[in-house]
Amino acid sequence: MAMTKSTAGTLAHAAPLHGRPHELFNALRGIARELRADKLGAFGTMILLVLVIVAIAAPALAPYDPAAQSLADRLLPPAWLAGGSPAHWLGTDHLGRDVLSRTIHGARVSLLVGVAVVALAGTFGTVLGLVAGYFGGRADTIIMRAVDIQVAFPALLLALIILTVVKPTPGTLVIVLAANGWMVYARLVRGVVLSSRQSLYVEAAEIVGCRPLRVIFRHVLPNLTSPLVTLATLEFARIVLAEAALSFLGLGVQPPATSWGLDVAAGKNYIFDAWWLVTVPGTAIALTVLSINLVASWIRIATDPRERQKRFARGAAVSEMGA
Amino acid sequence: MTMMTTTTAPLVEVQNLSVHYAARGGGWLGRRIRPITAVEDVSFAIFPGETLGLVGESGSGKSTTGRAILRRIDSITGRILFRGRDITQVRGEALRRLRRHVQMIFQDPYASLNPRMTVLELVAEPLVVHGLARGEAAEPRVASLLALVGLPESAMERYPHEFSGGQRQRIGIARALALEPDFIVADEAVSALDVSIRAQIVNLLGDLQARLNLAYLFIAHDLSVVRHISHRIAIMYAGKLVELADRDAIFRQPLHPYTRALLSAILIPDPQIQQQRRRIVLTGEIPSPAAPPSGCRFHTRCAHATAKCRAEAPPFEEKTPGHFAACWAA
Repeated sequence: MAMTKSTAGTLAHAAPLHGRPHELFNALRGIARELRADKLGAFGTMILLVLVIVAIAAPALAPYDPAAQSLADRLLPPAWLAGGSPAHWLGTDHLGRDVLSRTIHGARVSLLVGVAVVALAGTFGTVLGLVAGYFGGRADTIIMRAVDIQVAFPALLLALIILTVVKPTPGTLVIVLAANGWMVYARLVRGVVLSSRQSLYVEAAEIVGCRPLRVIFRHVLPNLTSPLVTLATLEFARIVLAEAALSFLGLGVQPPATSWGLDVAAGKNYIFDAWWLVTVPGTAIALTVLSINLVASWIRIATDPRERQKRFARGAAVSEMGA
Repeated sequence: MTMMTTTTAPLVEVQNLSVHYAARGGGWLGRRIRPITAVEDVSFAIFPGETLGLVGESGSGKSTTGRAILRRIDSITGRILFRGRDITQVRGEALRRLRRHVQMIFQDPYASLNPRMTVLELVAEPLVVHGLARGEAAEPRVASLLALVGLPESAMERYPHEFSGGQRQRIGIARALALEPDFIVADEAVSALDVSIRAQIVNLLGDLQARLNLAYLFIAHDLSVVRHISHRIAIMYAGKLVELADRDAIFRQPLHPYTRALLSAILIPDPQIQQQRRRIVLTGEIPSPAAPPSGCRFHTRCAHATAKCRAEAPPFEEKTPGHFAACWAA
């Protein structure tokens, strides 16, 4: 087993340019090799994978129906505390619902809404920012004034208006949150594009005869990887909380459905009597954001050849010292 | 070295080129717009296989001239001809096709190579974007280009940061050569390099010229570098050409006092001669292009300036055959 692994590794290493038919396969293997070198990145990826699996398999994993109430068992503490019951590991909430089951089911909406909003707002904002920054002139003026107007308009008010008119479903929730979140991406991207347009290698690409789209995607966009990944991570956490705020106002996730944000908001009223109501879904949010952060910083390093070389040089020095 | 100026048609011809910038600033709320003339009424021709050295201090407009010829600057007047064709207004797809014949070597070999691309991707990019070679088909071509500039084939899979300044400049040269251009603008191509590396790159450029019949516009602020590679030399001062002649004529019989001052600043590797030479030290600064002096632009720093120099700009005219200068006294 170990032998086949290492021969496969050397083969992939020896032919990085000629393996075109197996490009995807090699790319996946390359990612696996990269992850072995970055312990924190691997850790983050693992947690994230577990979270995604939990969200997908929620009905199979959760011990109870997340909406099943049992007022006789309300506000039970976690099983290891005095008065806790082994039937409810993480206790119950003010309506006697199982906290563990609710957290497992809440992962679905929270992850889905978070990822969808970041993807939608990120794509929209990035495209507009690229157009504004690269082509400048009138396109720049129009797009950036639209950003200013949108920023000046209170986000919550806009969300309230839209969600009282249309039915609050996860789909509309995503659109409303994305409509309030794309501006930061547009501004960030425009700024990075403006500065990297000045860089000599972009000028060199233009003189060589690259078309504008190639200049954008090949030479400008890679500079955006790390700031965008960082921003998207921060935004994800913000979105989870924004979704919680809307759910708290009754305009987000509709009971009996649940989300981490909704549970944090509801548990807030019992924070002195039943701390676990806020802590458990709150920890889930924190864990998600932490793992995304770890993965993000790994992506940032893995996509920059200079950073990679630094890290490999450090790794070589460490292994030499160990030997 | 006399060029076949009378028998061959020029490859690149610049006729009365002027470049104006609109500088905002001054005035209340920065609304006042002052036009700045970075280059004024510059004319010269470059012949196939020839190097024209363009010399001047920073702010003289030499880089602006090079960028205007490459059509990187839009606000120009005058005409630029390439093989007799007017390219002054060329843009879009036609400009992209022109890039196959006109290329550039940059001053900074660190900033002009995308750090995220391998040498193979960098040198193959011109081939790819012009549809000449794609994917693996580009590899032999890139290998031969690297061999041409003295880099090993193994360099292909590496990234620019793994190379020294001189090696990086070789990568930049390989990229410029990929399209087999006829004309290359080398904008301070060796200024950022160590003196020892400089000679190597200058020799490489000369070597490539002989092999590929390239024409260069070699922009530099250092006459000693230009002397080695140029067939003819043009001197710029404050946005205008002050002298243009064969290399030997410039060094033996400089006509313009500014050229004489530049020549006197070159060190000669013989202490006895060096001690006997009279160094012409210019006082003052190059005038601001926003407020150029009246008459001859050099009169503020010229030891021989007369009332006529202060009142009237001297024409840029042929003083002896093939030797142009703009000075009333010459």
